[in-house]
Amino acid sequence: MAQMTMIQAITDALRCELKDDENVLVFGEDVGVNGGVFRATEGLQKEFGKERVFDTPLAESGIGGLAVGLSLTGFRPVPEIQFFGFVFEVMDSIAGQMSRTHYRTGGTYNMPVTIRSPFGGGVHTPEMHSDSLEGLMAQTPGLKVVVPSTPYDAKGLLISAIRDNDPVVFLEHLKLYRSFREEVPEESYTIELGKADVKREGTDLTIVTYGLMVHESLKAAEELEKEGYSVEVIDLRTIQPLDIETIIASVEKTGRAIVVQEAQKQAGIAANVVAEITERAILSLEAPVLRVAAPDTVYAFPQAEGVWLPNFKDVVETAKKVLTF
Amino acid sequence: MGKKKFDPTVTLREIEDKFEMFQILNEEGEVINPSEMPDLSDDELVELMSRMVYVRILDQRSISLNRQGRLGFYAPTAGQEASQLASQYALEKEDWILPGYRDVPQIVMHGLPLWKAFLFSRGHFIGNQIPEGVNVYPPQIIIGAQYIQAAGVALGLQKRGTKGVAVTYTGDGGSSQGDFYEGITFAGAAQSPAIFFIQNNQFAISTPRSVQSVGKTLAQKGIAAGIPSVLVDGMDALAVYKVTKDARERAINGGGPTLIETMTYRYGPHTMAGDDPTRYRTGDLDNEWAAKDPIVRFRKFLEEKGLWSKEKEEEVIERAKEEIKEAIKKADQAPKQKVSELIENMYRGELPVNLQEQLAIYKEKESK
Repeated sequence: MAQMTMIQAITDALRCELKDDENVLVFGEDVGVNGGVFRATEGLQKEFGKERVFDTPLAESGIGGLAVGLSLTGFRPVPEIQFFGFVFEVMDSIAGQMSRTHYRTGGTYNMPVTIRSPFGGGVHTPEMHSDSLEGLMAQTPGLKVVVPSTPYDAKGLLISAIRDNDPVVFLEHLKLYRSFREEVPEESYTIELGKADVKREGTDLTIVTYGLMVHESLKAAEELEKEGYSVEVIDLRTIQPLDIETIIASVEKTGRAIVVQEAQKQAGIAANVVAEITERAILSLEAPVLRVAAPDTVYAFPQAEGVWLPNFKDVVETAKKVLTF
Repeated sequence: MGKKKFDPTVTLREIEDKFEMFQILNEEGEVINPSEMPDLSDDELVELMSRMVYVRILDQRSISLNRQGRLGFYAPTAGQEASQLASQYALEKEDWILPGYRDVPQIVMHGLPLWKAFLFSRGHFIGNQIPEGVNVYPPQIIIGAQYIQAAGVALGLQKRGTKGVAVTYTGDGGSSQGDFYEGITFAGAAQSPAIFFIQNNQFAISTPRSVQSVGKTLAQKGIAAGIPSVLVDGMDALAVYKVTKDARERAINGGGPTLIETMTYRYGPHTMAGDDPTRYRTGDLDNEWAAKDPIVRFRKFLEEKGLWSKEKEEEVIERAKEEIKEAIKKADQAPKQKVSELIENMYRGELPVNLQEQLAIYKEKESK
């Protein structure tokens, strides 16, 4: 075991899969010599050569099209979109093409693509470099969408994503890249896609969340514990498909739930989670299921980012509304 | 006489070889192409030099302000002064500029107050509130997106019968984007008044020019769109000015758009957000380009003509420092950006109900 940051765990997962499967190809803008702008691919070109790890010309739509074509010729592409705010340039390849290939060819072809991309906010980037656009992906049938919140999860989930035979969008939160280290096995391991993880057990309230907000929610749970509330925190890890079983089991136990997302209220995953809970467990509920989210504006200008992004205080405030309903 | 064998590679080489780099001043500041000398008065030549010196100082100050945490996002410009400023100098007020994020100097010269440029860097929307009569779109973050928008502005100017052009800039990397080809194709097809610049500064972040295209030049990409295409020495202010001025003349007289590749170099990192050029560039290459420096070359030319002196340069440097200080002071006075303002700015029309509700929440938070 080694202590790793999330970015190191991601590099490690890529290394494992490049080693394990000669069909795995890593490519994108600046991923070669430079090792990626966040160094997620640091050292990989040196270790595996330019045939396996390569810089592309600067064109996100080109990167997406390349992934489709390489899949057709039997490769397992792991392209990087440098910042997920650039996804609009490659939207057709993702939502219009690779998500539909298996379906429209009646299973003749499949798209074992893993699109990696940094997303989320809180680090004062220029515009289009911070955003929570995972909702666009999650509402596109044919894709799986994964958002790890810890180094350990990131490695296991990324290996699973690469081995998955369908297209996976793997979103790495900018602020979590280097925010903390934890023990990560050096060997290969997988974490099943579509399985949530109970990051903290509790009996009074369920918080369903993902990404950076897992950590704000855990912090909120600690605050609430001081006031005598026992809070369960579910890290979705995969936001499409949702692990409904884990969510419902928890809500049936606690009778109260809130959903926390960094994305705008109109744009994220939370509404879907709330709908699933009300459809399946309404008779277990002691209170309405509330959401914590960013306001419905375009991503904040950096100067206002600190207030715009949801934080643990917002979580505590909303949690109390539900706990005291 | 044997029939000549058809060979498309020969055609390709013939076309590529026709793209010679247009130059007026050599690296020593000597005029090597006198018949192409642009029609600029002594005062205008001095003004062009002053702008390049000014922006070099602005770059140095911006980098140090960024390091002190007093500026936010910043993409260094040193090395590209001739490419950026001599092209803008050939424009008129009615012309539109659609810049990339490194092209802040051009829009400042086109009328965006410097203090606003600083607020753009700091991530405040006042920085993107363009004063009336300044025909500028805020710096584009998505690589190449401005190209197709420039085709749109050019078509608009054409339909309105305005004697203006739409000018846009991207880099060597940007010329790989789909939007690049769409922009030159649309403007070419409509024969709209646009000037498309590729500032080929040799690296797209870390990715060398050679990875972007196997083509000998990037200028030749314009041939496929059927538009005049120029390769110019981007370290030569006179050459850049001349080809821009000619392109503008052509455009406003119905001759359609032009694609201009300026051969240049970014001395600094891609941006101030952690890029380390030593990972992908050699000191030798840096030195090779430093020898072509646009300011050094133009200084020699002007000194030879008796139009420039050390004192004159000092004067410009002092003025730049003073104006930068004033602009920072003014930027500091801008009120802190509030979330309620972001909400209020979402639509031109009435605020939708969800935002009305959220506005009340944030106003209450902000009042505490």
